[in-house]
Amino acid sequence: MQSVKYLHKLFLTATVSSAIFLAAPARSDSGPEAMLNQVFESINQNRLDTALTQVEALLRSNPNFRLAHLIKGDLLIARVRPLRGLGDAPNAPRERLDDLRAEAMARLKAYRQPPPADKVPRYILEMQPQQRYAVVIDAQRARLFLYQNVEGVPRLAADYYISAGKRGMEKIREGDEKTPIGVYYVTANLPRAKLSDFYGSGAFPINYPNEWDKRLGRNGHGIWLHGTPSDTYSRPPRASNGCVVLSNSDLDALAKTLQVGLTPVIISEKIEWQSIEELAADRKALRDSIERWRADWESRDTSRYLQHYSKKFSAGNQDYAAWAKHKQTVNAGKEWIKVGVSGMSMFRSPGQDLVVVSFEQGYRSNNLENSMKKRQYWINESGNWRIVYEGAA
Amino acid sequence: MIRLTATLLGLLLCSPSWAQTDDLQEATRLLRQGQTAQALDKVNQFLAAKPRDAQGRFLRGLILVEQNKPSEAIAVFTRLTEDYPELPEPYNNLAVLYASQGQYDKAKTALEMSIRTHPSYATAYENLGDVYAKLATQAYDKALQLDSNNPTAQSKLSLIRDLFTGSVRPGRAGVKPEPARVAVAETARPAAAVPAPKAAEAKPAETKAPAAAPAAEAAKSDPSDEVVRAVRAWAAAWAKKDVNTYLACYAKDFKTPNGEPRAEWETSRRQRINAPKKIEVTVDSPKVAMADANGARITFRQGYRSDALKANSSKTMVLVKRDGKWLIQQERVGN
Repeated sequence: MQSVKYLHKLFLTATVSSAIFLAAPARSDSGPEAMLNQVFESINQNRLDTALTQVEALLRSNPNFRLAHLIKGDLLIARVRPLRGLGDAPNAPRERLDDLRAEAMARLKAYRQPPPADKVPRYILEMQPQQRYAVVIDAQRARLFLYQNVEGVPRLAADYYISAGKRGMEKIREGDEKTPIGVYYVTANLPRAKLSDFYGSGAFPINYPNEWDKRLGRNGHGIWLHGTPSDTYSRPPRASNGCVVLSNSDLDALAKTLQVGLTPVIISEKIEWQSIEELAADRKALRDSIERWRADWESRDTSRYLQHYSKKFSAGNQDYAAWAKHKQTVNAGKEWIKVGVSGMSMFRSPGQDLVVVSFEQGYRSNNLENSMKKRQYWINESGNWRIVYEGAA
Repeated sequence: MIRLTATLLGLLLCSPSWAQTDDLQEATRLLRQGQTAQALDKVNQFLAAKPRDAQGRFLRGLILVEQNKPSEAIAVFTRLTEDYPELPEPYNNLAVLYASQGQYDKAKTALEMSIRTHPSYATAYENLGDVYAKLATQAYDKALQLDSNNPTAQSKLSLIRDLFTGSVRPGRAGVKPEPARVAVAETARPAAAVPAPKAAEAKPAETKAPAAAPAAEAAKSDPSDEVVRAVRAWAAAWAKKDVNTYLACYAKDFKTPNGEPRAEWETSRRQRINAPKKIEVTVDSPKVAMADANGARITFRQGYRSDALKANSSKTMVLVKRDGKWLIQQERVGN
């Protein structure tokens, strides 16, 4: 009875439905979530001695795992007096206790409610062949999902507990202690030797603010994926100044998959899931639009070409009118145009009908030839995909 | 606060079996007077003739504690646990010493061993509770990044005084008195080696048997009150050493602690209850949960004090009502 109350209390405290206990554990991994889950299962079955043995084993592999210490304290105190809930420490600082409870809930939920096996985040529309992995973050679940590019199909390879901004999501201003939402790329690899202990085993900056953020006037900088200080195994779900923080062992594992300048890091408040089939349909619709844009460019019919651009288009200091005028002038001097598009990737921005498209563009005409890495932001306007930003990547 | 067991000490005060026992009695007397060096000489003298003697070695351990030589005391008690693994007291005292050094994991292991040898050993239970609480505090401190002040030195002082006041805890200045706790268990007597105390010298300050609280008589209609009254009657019978009444408090289908036959259990109870000169048993903070009209579970703090031991712990009993009388069907230490 005691133990049921313990868990119940934990989840009541966190105002989460107890329905998550109905989901059968679906993983066999041996990470901290699996071990924590075993501990909670034992408590649930009133096998408190077993639970203590398990939590001690967990602490042997992760000596600075504060949550495990908390549960250990509970299991010991339960031998002295009845427990009132998770983290029954007398005179404990409320905030730290709440942080650990939130972490417990996030980790347990991640284990007991894995993402739907037949679905993927609807953000990974298309990975280009060189992109080996894509990172998708679900802030609500305090979880990072790593997707492997298996012949163009995203396949879940691993997932990790993360901490994000202490004041939540959707970064707008410098110092707002929030984590941005959007499609970003890893821009650098900062090794441990160049960092203070605070960043743990390494850091990977991302390109916040991206083109879209800048257009919206968002500022701030220095949003990184990084590790954890040596005095703790992990940090609470909401703890950073906007960075995404992983435990050091997880960061080390993740580091092996990240490609600077190539790996997308898509950060969401809550991942929207989609079947592979739905994803393929979305991909095709957008690809078709891009192909029409390419063909219409080659046609030198500027008005047809401009149909692919939103009236809200802007790039640099050019708005739609300036862009249209510029294109009309340029195209007038062309006898022929050839446009090649290759190495395309398409990532949807979370919560929006906005897709970040990147590709190698080969442009040839009677008087000019160049090739560039191009980035476009496509937006869906009443069923039609149109370009709202375009520039060099 | 963790208490040392002075049981063996208490026993040896009044065991005149050997010629050398005079040496032990003298060593004990010297120790009580604080003449630890002389006490140690005496006990060493005794041990020269009987190097394996448990009582002598136990006393030597206590003297070393008093001389503030915890490492040597630990060595003495450790070897005692190796040579006499059936005795709970050396484990208990080993645990106390470890705890005084902040080695709560080791203390825990030793106390668990003590309880394994004697499942009804109340002092070890209570000490173990304290050690669990300490370990829990350490775990919480790690979890919440707190610096807990370390009260180790203080509790060590208490230990030493506890040891030589016949297990009666002295009050400590600035420490508020503990709520009356309950005692359960009698001393788990070390096997045949030690005879029962006959003429105990150490007398607890007061030895009045607790009567059933008059207040409880008031509400006769409430079945919870009937259960509490039955338990108080049981405690009173025990304290009066009225073994027949005591045994009559148990139901015919009472589950004996180790599953032994009823007759065997009764015999051991008779011996243990009759052994101490005086017994005091108290029942505090009883909490009754009625399973139905004829079944109840009661949890309470049991205080037990005899000439040899003071202990208290929590106890849980399951009672059944048969022919209008509440009888004990199950009894165990803990919640």
